[in-house]
Amino acid sequence: MAKRVIFYLNQFFGGIGGEDKADFAPEFRAGEAVGPAVGIAGGAGDIEVVGTIICGDNFYGQNEDEAREFIAQTIKEQNPDILVAGPAFNAGRYGFACAGACQVANENGVIPVSGMYVENPGLEHCRAFSWVAATSDAAAKMRKALPLMANLVKKLAAGEEVTPEGDSYHAQGRRECILVEERGSTRAVKMLLARLNDEEFETELPMPTFDEVEPAPAIKDLSKATIALVTTGGVVPNGNPDRLQSASAQQWNKYDISQLDELKGEYYTVHGGFDPVYCNEKADRVVPLDMLRRLEKEGKIGKVHEIFYTTTGTGTAVANSEKFGIEIGKEIADAGVDGVLLTST
Amino acid sequence: MRLEQELLYVKDVVAGDAMKIEGGVLTVDVDGLRQCLLEDDKIKDVQIDFAKPGERVRIVPVKDVIEPRYRVDRQNGFPGVTTKYEECGNGVTKILKGAAIVTIGDMVGFQEGVIDMWGEGAGWTPFSKTCNITVNITPVDGLDPHTHERVVRLAGLKASTFVGLAAKDAEADEVNIYEIGSMKEETAKYPDLPKVAYVEMTISQGLLHDGFLYGVDLKEIVPTWFHPNEEIDNAVISGNCVAACDKITTYQHQNNALIHDLYAQHGKTINYIGNIFSPELTTLDGKFRNCDYTAKLCEQIGADGVIVSEEGYGNPDSDLVMICKRLENRGIKTALVTDECSGWDGTSQPLTDTAAEAVAVVSSGNVSKVIELEPADRVIGTLKAAQTLAGGWDGCVAEDGSLKVELNAVIGATSEIGFHNASVKLY
Amino acid sequence: MATITTISQSVGANRIVPTVAIPYPVGNPTLSEADEEAMRYEMVERACNALATEVTESTQFE
Repeated sequence: MAKRVIFYLNQFFGGIGGEDKADFAPEFRAGEAVGPAVGIAGGAGDIEVVGTIICGDNFYGQNEDEAREFIAQTIKEQNPDILVAGPAFNAGRYGFACAGACQVANENGVIPVSGMYVENPGLEHCRAFSWVAATSDAAAKMRKALPLMANLVKKLAAGEEVTPEGDSYHAQGRRECILVEERGSTRAVKMLLARLNDEEFETELPMPTFDEVEPAPAIKDLSKATIALVTTGGVVPNGNPDRLQSASAQQWNKYDISQLDELKGEYYTVHGGFDPVYCNEKADRVVPLDMLRRLEKEGKIGKVHEIFYTTTGTGTAVANSEKFGIEIGKEIADAGVDGVLLTST
Repeated sequence: MRLEQELLYVKDVVAGDAMKIEGGVLTVDVDGLRQCLLEDDKIKDVQIDFAKPGERVRIVPVKDVIEPRYRVDRQNGFPGVTTKYEECGNGVTKILKGAAIVTIGDMVGFQEGVIDMWGEGAGWTPFSKTCNITVNITPVDGLDPHTHERVVRLAGLKASTFVGLAAKDAEADEVNIYEIGSMKEETAKYPDLPKVAYVEMTISQGLLHDGFLYGVDLKEIVPTWFHPNEEIDNAVISGNCVAACDKITTYQHQNNALIHDLYAQHGKTINYIGNIFSPELTTLDGKFRNCDYTAKLCEQIGADGVIVSEEGYGNPDSDLVMICKRLENRGIKTALVTDECSGWDGTSQPLTDTAAEAVAVVSSGNVSKVIELEPADRVIGTLKAAQTLAGGWDGCVAEDGSLKVELNAVIGATSEIGFHNASVKLY
Repeated sequence: MATITTISQSVGANRIVPTVAIPYPVGNPTLSEADEEAMRYEMVERACNALATEVTESTQFE
């Protein structure tokens, strides 16, 4: 059965008008492929054109909820398999609207396809779950963009595999683990030989780049400050009551330490990535509650926060780590904590 | 050095009264093996089982895998560990190819792994293709963790030597020669071939995180050059269970895939000038020291290119990129082999550290990938142990015995010495 | 508070206190008990003081 495809265009490519019509309220043209949609549908093989949504870029920008509701409603009524938005090239408002259309599609189980230039600000909002063809920055290159998008629609409709290099779309960033013909050692030797002979090679793991973080302002008066303890050392109460994982943490946990002067004897580690013996003798070697209590008694800090937060930092995905950090950070901030000692192993 | 490896193919394994191999069938004197291991008074009980390719058998928790061999006219065992010290790398070794000793049993830590002999799980481990002789060790009560680990480690090695006796009088199916002379000799033979060294990083971080060269704990030494024949001739053993997916089992040291692939190119496209161990330490100073030392050794021995393999993930990613940076800045070209922690959905940053100089990297797989394994007909070991493995979690073992785990928990799945054939593709 | 401070820098930490070793960041079982406790107290105090120090970029407090 042919896959059902719905298109999304702005007022210009939808033939309504130019900038003067940017506040055009969304409309659905049933059964019609309008403007660039014709070229895409033509190259996409055996598909059924369900229709085209046309929406002014300013309308979308200023009435996002309403515009998204319209798209969602249309999807519910028309039951498409694939939604194709744009191409938006480098147009910011259009790119943003296309990204929104892709989001709505994704939320409703519809495959999102689009076309944008690499710098289009809308790209980051949809690339992770959409197939966005890598177009040039000008609509003058429409003739090159359409076949790219048509190819994506055709292959996705047929359930065929697509790759960023082979099918010219902006990589979603999903690193899929697979089994291949050659073992790793053979691939490594081949790669080195290529380098030694100045031949072309392709790395299997492009190096990541990391963020910078804005420093928080310093605590003004330490003697009045509440300090919290947080760790990635997998330190938990004896018996690991909440079953924190030994690696690849899927959770963080929190425990009341207000009655304790030290963790020794009550806490141990479940972290699978380091020799646990020394921590298990005295968990304060990883989470220094005892020393923080001393500083509290001496008046050098105001108070040790009653709750201590823990997770396991080996094999734990960066995405999870970010999520945990945001969640723990919010709780701590809401509790009025001034500073955190974050220990890791 | 000149090493002759005589291979005796093992296609099946059965229990019997004496150790022998005939027509591809390995007979194991199970009682004799038990008695031999029970000689260690720190071992209370030993249970031996067989797991063959294709059987719906699951082995968990696996500590180490060792290849059974017989070293002809030399110390028969692992010199410096189970026998007196003796230099390895020269002579004849007979190998029961296709057989493996697998040690299991409740251990002190959280890092053992799973081996499935059939189905989805089998594709992710090289040890679904070997005839496995499982050795389940129960130590006496009250052993401290370090002693417990040592007892199980030595028992596995002894078991491999006992089973290796079957090869003693048998005739080889295949003979392979591994011969590389001194750097001077080889460079005179192949003056125009690029000199390539292999830097093997090893986890050297304490209990269940150690490796040994002739019994010497690698965390106690500075990086050292060694001849590849030594590693494939029983000089190196594993004392670690860092994470099942990329820990180098003793079997994998004995059959190091990078050593084999480099040997295959020696004299043809490269002059393979040897190996260097670079232990991964737990202090920053230690890392700087070992990485500097490793790069210095490579430069001094005249390497044009270096392959660097990692063991583990997380803090060792730091050593990996530091070694790469130092080598590249000395004009030495590198190719790295590492696995990645890209999360369940593959969208997380793959490494904990980074260097722009690392332009040639082989990815041996995403340790976080989740696989679903059907219930086994038979479990050798303890199924529930999967819940505390790195890569497992509370509830990952279902009532019916099916298992959901990350590749983290599968022995050899993402081997960073390139032993297995996993990789990662970007979509 | 971490041992491999190169990683701390990579991930954007701004106040970094270098610790002893991975298995015992705020500890040192190779020292006598008294020496270990003194070292630990000094390190934790230093860490708290770091929280009260203005920084404009990633800074190590050794």
